[in-house]
Amino acid sequence: MTPTIISTVKPSPESTFDLRTHLGSLELSSPVLTASGCAAAGRELDNYFDITAIGGIVTKSIMLAPRSGRATPRMAETPSGMLNSIGLQGPGVESFLETDLAWLQQRGARTIVSIAGRTADEFGKVAAKLRVAGGFDAIEVNISCPNVEDSGQVFACRADISAQIIQTVRRNSDNKIPIFAKLSPDVTDIVEIATSVSQAGATGVSVINTLLGMVIDTQTMRPALAGVTGGLSGPAIRPIAVRCIWQIRSALPNLPIIGMGGVRTGQDALEMVLAGASAISVGTSIFNDPGAPMRIQRELEQELRNRGFESLTQAISFAHREVIEAVIEDEMGESKDESEQDWDFISE
Amino acid sequence: MSVGASESATLGAMQVLGEVLDVQRSGNYFLMSVTAPGLAERARPGQFVTVGMGGEESSMVLRRSFAIQGVQVRGMYGGTLDFIVSPVGKGSQWLTKLRRHDPVNLVGPLGKPFTLPTKPVTCVLVGGGYGAAPLIMLAQALRERGCRVDSIIGASTEEKLYGSLDLKRVSTSLTLATEDGTAGIRGRVTDGLINTLDSSKVDVVYACGPMPMLASVAEECTTRKIFSQCSVEESMACGIGVCMTCVLPVIGEDGVTRMLRSCVEGPVFRGDRVRWADIGTIPEGTWGGEGPRS
Repeated sequence: MTPTIISTVKPSPESTFDLRTHLGSLELSSPVLTASGCAAAGRELDNYFDITAIGGIVTKSIMLAPRSGRATPRMAETPSGMLNSIGLQGPGVESFLETDLAWLQQRGARTIVSIAGRTADEFGKVAAKLRVAGGFDAIEVNISCPNVEDSGQVFACRADISAQIIQTVRRNSDNKIPIFAKLSPDVTDIVEIATSVSQAGATGVSVINTLLGMVIDTQTMRPALAGVTGGLSGPAIRPIAVRCIWQIRSALPNLPIIGMGGVRTGQDALEMVLAGASAISVGTSIFNDPGAPMRIQRELEQELRNRGFESLTQAISFAHREVIEAVIEDEMGESKDESEQDWDFISE
Repeated sequence: MSVGASESATLGAMQVLGEVLDVQRSGNYFLMSVTAPGLAERARPGQFVTVGMGGEESSMVLRRSFAIQGVQVRGMYGGTLDFIVSPVGKGSQWLTKLRRHDPVNLVGPLGKPFTLPTKPVTCVLVGGGYGAAPLIMLAQALRERGCRVDSIIGASTEEKLYGSLDLKRVSTSLTLATEDGTAGIRGRVTDGLINTLDSSKVDVVYACGPMPMLASVAEECTTRKIFSQCSVEESMACGIGVCMTCVLPVIGEDGVTRMLRSCVEGPVFRGDRVRWADIGTIPEGTWGGEGPRS
């Protein structure tokens, strides 16, 4: 058997399959993105696949000032997942704009900048600096990082605070820039939070961030992480992500969703698309396979072809079709509403 | 001393599906030989590979990292490489149960290698436990440059010593140390190191092993103004610089402490730059830390 080289392969040759997707006014050539915090600012991954050949890079959450993050150990492996407790280590927005964003721009990658802050005011200041700099496609507002020690609870657990932050970011951003609120699954009713950020001016939502978890090392008989608790990610949380996407899609049929949480294969990505995601971020799987985003994009295309879809758009929310068909029957004869485009696929 | 490593040291990394050639028991450890065409040819002493655990549907989502002990770039398999596994966890135990022809998913070579002297100087290599493995490849490279290589390896007991036969073959001299006296001198590698540093002129010390050992080696060298390079072992999630898990406090040229990633800014660091006593903390004054910043 001759050993084969994998993952250093170039992106698949000219493909006729239509993987285009829309996130509000933003059109991307593919729905596959990297997940914030799992791809740094794209540079390291460019060594394993062409980062301009996927939908885009979602950068690690950037804050106003440089941040050292939490003490180590910062990581613990769990069944089909991992806990992390990084604490948003980063160089601060000024350095990010000068080096990371400048590089992404020069490289020609589509870029969604993830931002974080300790207060609504800080989120606003980071957004304002981004507006001045330009050179990116959208903002993802990380209101759900579980590793920011000075907040007892993440912002995304409260609808009013989430809305306040999104409003502030919206006020400090270019009107044309799509803004996505990244939500936490650690809430009683994620639809309430999604509704609230949508009304506050978010273009859409990114679901889900990690779940708050904890591991105790049974050898030392102490918490495994220096930060005690951490965010759980990986395939273990995928059913929760699919449930959150489904619930938000059901309640808010026109709100664009970026789905994420344990996507490892094209089939996993398809599951989120069927649930209602217009794009999919690949996170923890990158740690296992640095070429994962490119591989998942190829696999997703094949999964869509296998099911007879002619474009990605046809598959978005497809798992809701019986519900939608029932609604259509109810509304038969009534005038079509603005969500018509979401229903095109039921033409048969 | 020329600086061989650069910021782009990991740019040559690649993902390769190799296969197991051999798994050999050595004391408490297992020596794995695998095919890694393309990857092996690029590896330099001090670099490491990561291995995917448990196959494609595995519940172990994180790769494990292993220091490269040696490479063979010719032969019927193309490039092959050797690394040592200490079967202490679920993943490493799975790995040591693989047999000839089983597939292994490899990413590498990763990390900054040891910097090699341009002149034929006197080097001391210090290894603790299986930390001696990458020193074998390093010793070969140093000898090819005409350097004198005095190796000192140690462990708590003989079973945990590794690499003595290989290191004896490639070193000018080899000293063994065990804490229980089952092999070589009774004591720690640092005892052997102190003897060598006090009795002869040493230009550079290279070390790989547990953190407390590296801390002592660095301290002994720094007090004597001897250049030291230490290869650290930090737990990593990605190994390629994207996850920010494997950081430790390192003092920069500007005197400012930063939390640096041992996977891409290491695993080899200058001994006098690492704040050994503060590993596991964010020391006061760290860039971006909570305390007052310089």
